[in-house]
Amino acid sequence: MNSGDAAGSSSGGSGDAGAPRRASRKPKYSKFTQQELPACKPILTPKWVISVFLLVGVIFVPIGVASLLASNKVVEIVDRYDDACVPSNVTNKLAYIQNSTISKTCRRTLKVPKDMKQPIFVYYQLNNFYQNHRRYVKSRNDQQLRDASKANETTLCDPEKTRDGMAIVPCGLIAWSTFNDTYTFQHNTNNLSIDKTDISWKSDRDHKFGSDVFPKNFQKGPLIGGKTLNESIPLSEQEDLIVWMRTAALPTFRKLYGRIYVDLKENDTITVTLDNNYNTYSFDGKKSLVLSTSTWLGGKNDFLGLAYLTVGGLCFFLAFAFTLLYLIKPRKLGDNNYLSWNRNSAGH
Amino acid sequence: MKRFVYINDESYQNDYCDNQISNTKYTLWNFLPKNLWEQFRRFMNQYFLLIACLQLWSLITPVNPASTWGPLIVIFAVSATKEAWDDYNRYISDKQANEKKVWIVKNGARKHIQAQDIRVGNIVWIRENEEVPCDLVLTGTSEPQGICHVETAALDGEIDLKTRVIPTTCIGLDSEQLHKIKGVIECPIPDKDIRRFDANIRLFPPFIDNDICPLTINNTLLQSCYLRNTEWACGVAVYTGNETKLGMSRGVPEPKLTAMDAMIDKLTGAIFLFQLAVVVVLGSAGNVWKDTEARKQWYVKYDDDEPWYQILVIPLRFELLCSIMIPISIKVSLDFVKSMYAKFIDWDEEIYDQETDTPAHAANTAISEDLGQVEYILTDKTGTLTENKMIFRRCCIAGTLYGNESGDALKDIELLNAVADNSPHVIKFLTVMALCNTVIPIKSPSGTISYKAQSQDEDALVNAASNLHVVLVSKNGNNAEIHFNRRVIQYEILDILEFTSDRKRMSIVISDSQSGKIFLLSKGADEAILPLAYCGQQIKTFVDAVDKYAQLGLRTLCLGWRELSLEEYLEWSRLFKEANSALVDREWKVAEVCQKLEHTLDILGISAIEDRLQDGVPETIEILRQSGINFWMLTGDKQSTAIQIALLCNLISSEPKGQLLYINGKTEDEVARSLERVLLTMRITSSEPKELAFVVDGWALEIILTRYKEAFTELAVLSKTAICCRVTPSQKAQLVKLLKSCDYRTLAIGDGGNDVRMIQQAHIGVGISGREGLQAARAADYSIGKFRFLKRLILVHGRYSYNRTAFLSQYSFYKSLLICFIQILFSFVSGIAGTSLFNSVSLMAYNVFYTSIPVLTTVLDKDLSEKTVTQNPEILLYCQAGRLLNPSTFAGWFGRSLYHAIVVFLITIHAYANEKSEMEELSMVALSGSIWLQAFVVTLEMSSFTFLQFLAIWGNFAAFYVINLCISTIPTAGMYTIMFRLCRQPSYWITMLVSITIMFF
Repeated sequence: MNSGDAAGSSSGGSGDAGAPRRASRKPKYSKFTQQELPACKPILTPKWVISVFLLVGVIFVPIGVASLLASNKVVEIVDRYDDACVPSNVTNKLAYIQNSTISKTCRRTLKVPKDMKQPIFVYYQLNNFYQNHRRYVKSRNDQQLRDASKANETTLCDPEKTRDGMAIVPCGLIAWSTFNDTYTFQHNTNNLSIDKTDISWKSDRDHKFGSDVFPKNFQKGPLIGGKTLNESIPLSEQEDLIVWMRTAALPTFRKLYGRIYVDLKENDTITVTLDNNYNTYSFDGKKSLVLSTSTWLGGKNDFLGLAYLTVGGLCFFLAFAFTLLYLIKPRKLGDNNYLSWNRNSAGH
Repeated sequence: MKRFVYINDESYQNDYCDNQISNTKYTLWNFLPKNLWEQFRRFMNQYFLLIACLQLWSLITPVNPASTWGPLIVIFAVSATKEAWDDYNRYISDKQANEKKVWIVKNGARKHIQAQDIRVGNIVWIRENEEVPCDLVLTGTSEPQGICHVETAALDGEIDLKTRVIPTTCIGLDSEQLHKIKGVIECPIPDKDIRRFDANIRLFPPFIDNDICPLTINNTLLQSCYLRNTEWACGVAVYTGNETKLGMSRGVPEPKLTAMDAMIDKLTGAIFLFQLAVVVVLGSAGNVWKDTEARKQWYVKYDDDEPWYQILVIPLRFELLCSIMIPISIKVSLDFVKSMYAKFIDWDEEIYDQETDTPAHAANTAISEDLGQVEYILTDKTGTLTENKMIFRRCCIAGTLYGNESGDALKDIELLNAVADNSPHVIKFLTVMALCNTVIPIKSPSGTISYKAQSQDEDALVNAASNLHVVLVSKNGNNAEIHFNRRVIQYEILDILEFTSDRKRMSIVISDSQSGKIFLLSKGADEAILPLAYCGQQIKTFVDAVDKYAQLGLRTLCLGWRELSLEEYLEWSRLFKEANSALVDREWKVAEVCQKLEHTLDILGISAIEDRLQDGVPETIEILRQSGINFWMLTGDKQSTAIQIALLCNLISSEPKGQLLYINGKTEDEVARSLERVLLTMRITSSEPKELAFVVDGWALEIILTRYKEAFTELAVLSKTAICCRVTPSQKAQLVKLLKSCDYRTLAIGDGGNDVRMIQQAHIGVGISGREGLQAARAADYSIGKFRFLKRLILVHGRYSYNRTAFLSQYSFYKSLLICFIQILFSFVSGIAGTSLFNSVSLMAYNVFYTSIPVLTTVLDKDLSEKTVTQNPEILLYCQAGRLLNPSTFAGWFGRSLYHAIVVFLITIHAYANEKSEMEELSMVALSGSIWLQAFVVTLEMSSFTFLQFLAIWGNFAAFYVINLCISTIPTAGMYTIMFRLCRQPSYWITMLVSITIMFF
């Protein structure tokens, strides 16, 4: 293509090959085109590597200690009640839980192991419950939840779309299976009030669930999944539903039930009266009630602390090992004798 | 098949196409279907289309179909736009050529029309410095001798002027008659051979006799040539439009695939199989889990009776989930970096040749990596290793050697005296030097004479003769004028017996205008001329001189002459004319006839021409051999000269360090024995540190290549160096093919038309834009100005390209596998149902944006400085052996991605357990973990950092946060507020920090 241009220009012009303004075809110089941009070339010398490992160790061990301390400061009461709340004479737990005529009230006594400062978070914990199942996690319609005018929008909600030809609000498996155990607490002998407001994300209440969207045709089918909703309360105020619909990514998860704004003392006893309604018996799921305080790092979780201590320790060990290696068998940097072809010729 | 062209007769003109040139590939209508069809011929594109189509089924798609359709459409649009743009440019340049105004003769009058309206049979008028619009048969020129000069550079790259003559029947027609001329031209159907045109012309009465007159390529003006030094010329259009010689020779060259591309394709295939395996295993596991566990989970509400295709749903979901294993961005990324490599070559100042004003050029932008993996270099000698700047140095005339002491015959007093004394042998010798050629003297207005020659040897000889006072002053048609010591001697050139590579000689028949005597002047290779000496002539001194000169690395030519009797000439002339008008096998018939005249020559002497080595050739060869590249020299020159040059440029070492093994022989048996012997020696001494090389000549090679190919292949593998002399262009190509068949990466470098086939055959063709024209450079993948630039081309550009592509391609797989493994791991905690952890936007952005941009700056990465590489060329062995991209390095990256995926996933699910395990948050934590890891892996893998790299890596990192924070402000987005929440949590940052430290271990 170049030569074509050159030929074209020479014929178009005067045709004189020796025209004075014949530019040189020399490439223009620039640092970029010559691949000569200034560059820093860090070389991982032993000193660098050892310092980096030391530095990481020095940073990580304190963070690890701090995280562990934070985690240890958390006081947590976990009470698994799914087995205990079924009367011992019941053999078929599934039939028991599905029988709506029996009262399933159950009483549990919890002992406070250590002083607990308010606010105390009340969670319910489910194990072996797959809120992240492909079929389950997609079964909702965000438009319908947000907008009253989109009440008939039920795509993706299979198989909980309509009841007798009418759109279910809120539709979908997730809403249908909302957790419906309830708890009331007594501290020593006094009633312990539990604050169930503000347990969901504010952003969800404001933007994801409409304040003019009311439940319709909900839980009217032959098979009742979970919680029934009061049809006169808009979705944005149905906080238990909103919490439930923030699906968990793991099969073991806790969801906020409420908060207690009372300090608890060590060895206090708390009596919990609970309605054991939610069916986890068909799939061997566990249900637990969790009371927990919180720190800057969140709830009780030793993992990060341990991970940091391990990494920090490992870094110290490696720094030490490399230092030893460096002192015992030092290698000159940039020694050409170590190059494979030089080694080979020496070996022969 | 023949074509009959009726001159200036409109009733026959519609049989052939008009002169509309079309180089475009598409039209407005067929662009979309044709372009899509071409793009979908690639396996990868078919794969992506299949995935994209599967995603339209909402039951199985884990993410929004847009996440695949988006990138797919973008990638297709980019390729299509590039194609369309190229095609549009071709269309514009075609249009310009088509609408150019030209003069043609219509109804006896000249008319100005557009070039595209020229029809076969039209008479076209061209003025000086105009381009020829189609293939013409010359019928008239402004010059009274019926000649004109053309520049054929656009056609064959040769820069000298060529003389074209009008057919004899048309000689003498004036401009008036040329308007009315009628006749018929019988010519072959269009072909692409620009050196042949075997046709006849017959003019109709009243124009002279209706005798058939032969036409050759010398009677034509081919499309794209320029008319020079001639006021006007006219001719009959014989081939038009895309049927011209130029149009026919325009072909789409076979796309070359680099070793790396092949490896990447292979690895892609392996990943595809791996993906299928994952799909089968997880798909069946998912179905089993569904039937055993999921049915108990009332909240999932599986129906009891399902349609039959339900069994396919989970495997297909996994197929889609795993489809990102094959990165959709890799093709675009590779195309981008490859074109950057090519640009860097074009831009490189250090491989710009000051002397000839030639920058290096990468015509093929896709094969730079192969440069770094070259194992064999096959090089031409003349013009490639040497300068091809011929200087007459010595000569041997009638047994006397001139120029021995000073090394320059032109300064040899003895020779100057002999010229002054009118020594008859010397004068004859000089006359042959001045006349026996196809040189065109051009007299400038100031009176100085310059020569335009096709062959550098002829140029040297004519110049030397003029320095010795035998000056070729002018050559007008058949008349040549020589000035000798202020005497003017006129000769008429009767016939030219052209040089061909088979004949290895050329001759010319002249008659002295004064005496009327007819002479045959011949010059050629010694073995083509010496056997033709008359009986009894002592040729021993000449043979000795040839040997002597060859050992000095000089090129020798043998000059001879003979006086012809008029009868002999006339008799022969008739045969010659007959042969020349043959339509079939013309070349062979002409050669046959020529042989009838070229005998019993009086050998006048030997000329020795020096062809100096180019600068830096020995050093370049030395360094490239250190880096493990084997050199084969393929030359048309004779054995002794070739060996001499090879010694001079470090290709071979003299005894005792090196040893040359000769394969020669005239018969099959001799050659076989010789080959056997050489092979035996090779096998025995291959372990010794002795530099062995074998030498073979074209004759023996022909026998070997047809009969003993296997033994020769073994020899080729054993021998690091070879010299093949007297080889033809097709043998050169055969040798390349042989080495290619042994799985070696070959690079062929040459400068002349005889190297074109080898250049096209080799994995990499390098052309030197030299004195023999641009033919080689044009056919080549890379063109450079000097041989020594090869060092930088291979060691710097080739090596960097290889390293960069190795990193880029493996990294592309690594990052795709990483995200895919996280998805797979997540499926184990989500009931093996094929849930996607990441949302569609993130997945798409991850693949085509977050992880593709930073790694593109690998085109700036330099692991070692250019200086270090040139000082330790052995480092190239790593590239040659493919140490940076092979199944085991790939397995390393594979393992790395698995390891990183497991760690990121485990850290995420443990740090974000229990009350924090919200889907959107956890997904974002895992994604951020991967992005952090990416930034550090790229940083760790690159060796040098310019500000652009910093910008790309950390800018991209910042962009990740900016983009996700922006998305987090959209209330309708799934991840509304998520990123703000995360950024406020100390545990998020602590998790990120621990994720990146894992790459230390």
